[in-house]
Amino acid sequence: MSKFSKKKDGDIPAVSTASLPDIVFMLLFFFMTVTVMKDSSLKVDNILPNANEIKKLEKKDRIIYIYAGAPTQEYQKVFGTETKIQLNDKFANATDVGDYILSERAKKPQELQNVLTTALKVDKNANMGIISDIKLELRKVNALKVNYTTYEGDAFRNLQ
Amino acid sequence: MPKRGAPPEVNAGSMADIAFLLLIFFLVTTTIETDAGLDRMLPPIEPPETDVVIKQKNIFEVIINKNGQLFADEELLEVSQLREKAMAFLDNGGAPSGTADYCNYCQGARNASSSDNPSKAIISLKNDRETPYGTYITVQNEIVGAYNDLRNRESQRLFKRDFTSMEAAYLNPETPESLKDDLKEKVKTIQDLFPQKFSEAETSNN
Repeated sequence: MSKFSKKKDGDIPAVSTASLPDIVFMLLFFFMTVTVMKDSSLKVDNILPNANEIKKLEKKDRIIYIYAGAPTQEYQKVFGTETKIQLNDKFANATDVGDYILSERAKKPQELQNVLTTALKVDKNANMGIISDIKLELRKVNALKVNYTTYEGDAFRNLQ
Repeated sequence: MPKRGAPPEVNAGSMADIAFLLLIFFLVTTTIETDAGLDRMLPPIEPPETDVVIKQKNIFEVIINKNGQLFADEELLEVSQLREKAMAFLDNGGAPSGTADYCNYCQGARNASSSDNPSKAIISLKNDRETPYGTYITVQNEIVGAYNDLRNRESQRLFKRDFTSMEAAYLNPETPESLKDDLKEKVKTIQDLFPQKFSEAETSNN
């Protein structure tokens, strides 16, 4: 038995797939680091308006989200097409916003409780009435820092 | 063939499948998003203890009706003209030279019937309950834009750098502390020159 045995003629060597896991793990880590977990699924239409004088919302742990918009297709039968507020995973009335803010605030660590921002993610076709109701509720619980979340773009596109 | 007595090799062929499974899990449960938007402060609900008398000429009133039309400073305006009008109002500096309110950095028309000083000038925004949110954001954007344009101008003059870029650097958590102290002072200086006095009145019902 010789150490250097001759290969048989015409035999194509198989492509090694040993490094495939490494490549996939690399992709996996990339996605794990650049993305954040989705916290709630949207039950309302949420096409945000555009604006260009915007500031980035850093520090995700200091933000409380409030969504508003017309219910999506599958919820329209039950909830109609009027603008609704979504808190966490369920529809809510404007009067529930205060309690929601207080309970979310209580969940945050003590040192962050005074620096929280409320991000309003509102569909651009919503009307201002519901926003005013939310703002009034926010003022009642002293959550005065708000951010009207928008896409980056030309603000005049909202008018069309 | 492994030699007899040596432990058998673990088959790593399914490792890729496991990794793919994890990858797909993360792909569907995550979103790539950086949120951005217009930062605003709401007024506190308790009324101020002392009533402040504000001269009419120091208030720039913007009203948006339910059709999204704009009524500013007693005339109908296109939204595209708003930024210019707001800047002219803020930068007016109408107080005569020598008085306490005199504004030495203003480059406006110095019209005596418009605002005295940027620190006195107030923009008041009123809207109807039926106003579309998109229009409201556009108007907010234009007013914030007017402030930013004026602040950038002063910032360029004093520090040779845009205010917006300084503020972004200041708010960025990755900026080193040593730079932040310096930036904080500069940002504060500019903010004091053109403070955002921007009141959002309660919505009218008609």
